[in-house]
Amino acid sequence: MKQSASRVRVLARCVAAIVILSVAGPAASTDIPLDQRRSGYADLGRDTKAMQDDDTANPATLWVLDGEALWNQKAGAANRACADCHNDATASMKGVAARYPAFSAARKAPVDLEQRINLCRTEQQQATPFSFESRELLALTAFIGRQSRGMPIAPPADEKLKPAIEAGRKLFTQRMGQIDMSCAQCHDDNWGKQLASSLVPQGHPTGYPIYRLEWQGLGSLQRRLRNCIIGMRAEPFEYGAPEAVALEAYLMWRARGLPVETPGVRP
Amino acid sequence: MARPLINIPAKVKRGQVFEIKTLISHIMETGFRYTTTGQRIPRDIITFFSCSYNGEEIFRADLYPAISANPFLTFFTTATESGTLEFKWSGDNGFSETATAPVTVE
Repeated sequence: MKQSASRVRVLARCVAAIVILSVAGPAASTDIPLDQRRSGYADLGRDTKAMQDDDTANPATLWVLDGEALWNQKAGAANRACADCHNDATASMKGVAARYPAFSAARKAPVDLEQRINLCRTEQQQATPFSFESRELLALTAFIGRQSRGMPIAPPADEKLKPAIEAGRKLFTQRMGQIDMSCAQCHDDNWGKQLASSLVPQGHPTGYPIYRLEWQGLGSLQRRLRNCIIGMRAEPFEYGAPEAVALEAYLMWRARGLPVETPGVRP
Repeated sequence: MARPLINIPAKVKRGQVFEIKTLISHIMETGFRYTTTGQRIPRDIITFFSCSYNGEEIFRADLYPAISANPFLTFFTTATESGTLEFKWSGDNGFSETATAPVTVE
């Protein structure tokens, strides 16, 4: 009798320890309070802000115009253009970039905007998909993203997307690489401080694809994530890998409500 | 490749100094970089830019490898007569591009 009572006590202690662990675990890391979130735009220099604000000074406009041309250009065995199904992008693509990544029934997995474009390309146009970071794919993504400028980032309230957002959160808070760092250590806990001469931003994907001055060109969110991960001396995820899309999904959820700036300019 | 972007005020007053902004798509490969296999990437840059206002040259620039990709050049001129601004870019590998923009002086 006495023995079984002590067993119950031990069990109770174990349960308590598990509860404490799960509360203190990665899922409950210190999120930035919603009203304290700021886009990287807020910390840009005056010149870079001016570059993003004026479409004729923003070099990403060159990609947006290319994207517009591609939108209207027939392609693939189906000899169909994006415009043949979706008509005027200024109406049909409004708000689309604000809700990606989304769950694709066809892929049975979450897909980001680039992958969604390629799905359309392979299935509707019956054309070869564009490779990641190709000028064409970036151009179409920038053109579609541009139609959502000023709209709040609004991840879909889709139950099927939730596991990806959770997986993304785990990756965000998980230490990785030779430096043994997590994304959250910089972007949740130390934003606003300096990393060498650079300001540590909160890391909200508000303007992708972005024209990054360091790149001298346009690049996707996945390319930017690879930059950080290589900086942490970890193995970066392949383009289009489920982990990369999960991170994107979490970052968009984390930035929910912030306005889309696509195409953004960043140092 | 997208056409060059030109930005000037829709209307200018006679005698007014106004800004002309130009942006063109170009990789501006310096010629100083190497591939992972050690091969030099040949230089591919815009080397020359000029702008004329009703046939008269008002601005000219030589460009060098230190200039960033997608060169953004801005300069000023004084409004004289309504007419046309003509822009010319040329560079390595026979690169050549032109653009025009109407000027309305009132």
